[in-house]
Amino acid sequence: MRTPLRPLARILQAREDGLNPDSIEKENLRLRHEAMREKARGRAEFRLLILCASFVLAFGAIGARMGLMAATEPVEPRASAPGAEIIAQRADITDRNGRILATNMTTHALYAHPKVMVDPKGVAAKLAEIFPDLKAADLERRFTDGRSFVWIRKVLSPEQMQLVHEIGDPGLLFGPREMRLYPNGTLAAHVLGGTSFGAEGVHSAEVIGTAGIEKALDARLRDPAQGGKPLTLSIDLTVQSTIEEVLGAGMTMLNAKGAAAILMDVRTGEIVALASLPTFDPNDRPNPLVDKTAEPGDSPLFNRAVQGVYELGSTFKIFAAAQAMELGLVAPETLVDANAPMRWGRHLIKEFEGKNYGPLLSVTDVIAKSSNVGTAHIALMIGPLRQQAFLKSLGFFEPTPVELIEAPGARPLIPKKWPEIVTITTSYGHGMSASPMHLAAAYAAIANGGVMIKPTLLKREGPTTGVRVMSEKTALESIKMLRRVVTEGTASLGEVPGYEVAGKTGTADKPKRTGGYYEDKVINTFASVFPASNPQYVLIVTLDEPLDTAGSEPRRTAGWTAVPVAAEIIRRTAPLMGLRPKLEPPAPDAVTAASN
Amino acid sequence: MRPVLYVLSFLALIALGFWAYRENYTTQAALKEVQTLQRQIVGLREALALQRAEWAYLNRPDRLRELATANFDRLGLLPMEPGQFGTPNEIAYPRSAFPEIDMPVDIQGEQPVEEGL
Repeated sequence: MRTPLRPLARILQAREDGLNPDSIEKENLRLRHEAMREKARGRAEFRLLILCASFVLAFGAIGARMGLMAATEPVEPRASAPGAEIIAQRADITDRNGRILATNMTTHALYAHPKVMVDPKGVAAKLAEIFPDLKAADLERRFTDGRSFVWIRKVLSPEQMQLVHEIGDPGLLFGPREMRLYPNGTLAAHVLGGTSFGAEGVHSAEVIGTAGIEKALDARLRDPAQGGKPLTLSIDLTVQSTIEEVLGAGMTMLNAKGAAAILMDVRTGEIVALASLPTFDPNDRPNPLVDKTAEPGDSPLFNRAVQGVYELGSTFKIFAAAQAMELGLVAPETLVDANAPMRWGRHLIKEFEGKNYGPLLSVTDVIAKSSNVGTAHIALMIGPLRQQAFLKSLGFFEPTPVELIEAPGARPLIPKKWPEIVTITTSYGHGMSASPMHLAAAYAAIANGGVMIKPTLLKREGPTTGVRVMSEKTALESIKMLRRVVTEGTASLGEVPGYEVAGKTGTADKPKRTGGYYEDKVINTFASVFPASNPQYVLIVTLDEPLDTAGSEPRRTAGWTAVPVAAEIIRRTAPLMGLRPKLEPPAPDAVTAASN
Repeated sequence: MRPVLYVLSFLALIALGFWAYRENYTTQAALKEVQTLQRQIVGLREALALQRAEWAYLNRPDRLRELATANFDRLGLLPMEPGQFGTPNEIAYPRSAFPEIDMPVDIQGEQPVEEGL
């Protein structure tokens, strides 16, 4: 009830007592204000409470929903628009013509719930019968030691699955699995690498790349946003298969321990084929070597083309010649000192088998005859600093940028100091080591008119741009020199009619792990470019410890081993790539020319 | 007037409720169908992938090479060689559309005589 501000009774009383009746009014006004304030505060407090409660409810709801979503299995949205579905599969890998190199297959994994198993002993015996690699006693122990979950097999074939079904025990369960399949077996195994299972659950398992391009481009292959679009490689299946066949035959014939080949398009930098032997089956990838004393090259997993960092021998000579021409120090006909043996400090630089091509030799002949002394003199004209800069521009100081997980680890071995003796040895490919892939990229730069292109394993559309490392004229002259090596030099077995092969041989002694070099173990390399008049492809063939026993005495030079193998590869693969043999114009008849 | 309005809006409410009920069920049926179809699509896609894998497996170069060797008598297939490129003038000129007359035959019997001349 509302109390009046000036209650008559109290006013009269106050007047009688001679007090100020106004104070009564003030008093009442104060009380009324206090009551009002109390009420307002109560209301505000109530509102705050409501606000708090609604916040708690809202956040609680969000939290609960998040918890629910995190704890439940993901479900595809039921009412999604067509075409927007997520494909949770790993993308396929195809060759440049769309032929499958790697795909997925649905299989099942087998696991067990021993707690609900009716007859653990019988099940263990029957499983051991189906899978010979499992032991019945072992399985039985795992089924009966009180655990509630046991993985038995990661993948099953349909036949095995049927047999397990026929056991009919409720404790045996199947989980769906995506399995990576390489239908071509060992083909391009070093490019593809391999996969294994990552995080495994009952309903699905992650497939992750373990090597090669599967690991290097793992994120791209697993990216659901790509919608399962296949990854197109630059590899040509037919060419790859032919190269592996020819290389394998050559390796057996020449008693080599290993072999590698790279075929690269010089305009685009696409690697059309990359082979390394011995090889393996990526469907059943062998385990890496555990023995630390064994050489990594002994494992079939070792990719010689990319990881095989060796001294590449005389194949380096063309870089010295090209740079000297580029700097204007020499012309192809310039005569240089080639008087062997050459003495430099306490080092003696000799030619192959102690020959002497000197005293003077033209630059073209230095390359054609593969003269160490001639190249050494050319390199001394260039000097260490410029030589280093040139080799650096050709990519010999960095790992190759190829899309393989092994590539960044394959760092070239470069001498720490670069005195003049290193300049001399490097000019003919000793003292510094690089992989065949480095060599392919550098030769492609020469073949591509002096423009360095990044090698790639992915299909490219059309030519790409790169950094110019030498003038077009120098590149042309260098190719002419390389052509001379085949027509009248050390690589005469490399001639393939119609394809104008140009190239350079290289024979390097194998270094011992303990230091020094083996007497009778060599690495032979043939770096070739074809066709010389319009270079389109670079082919590098490397043989590890080859030995040609066809002749009267064993031969270990590249001219007798790597060159014929490379020639056969070119003869077989060039037509496959649609390269038409060019009929070289016949030499003009000497007599006719004279009479005219 | 007002009671009529009330009755009408009540009836409209019932009608709307009925309509919403039916829509709900058709939507659920459609969703169920979509799910079935999607499951079928997934199944077919898996089958397609398997067929592709099978095709790639059967066409692997090793196998084709072995088959070509095994059936050499019948097919005579050899690896492609540089010599197999031809030039346009190696292609035979197309034969004339009409065959040559190489065996004229005398027609037996009489020639028909036109009447009315």
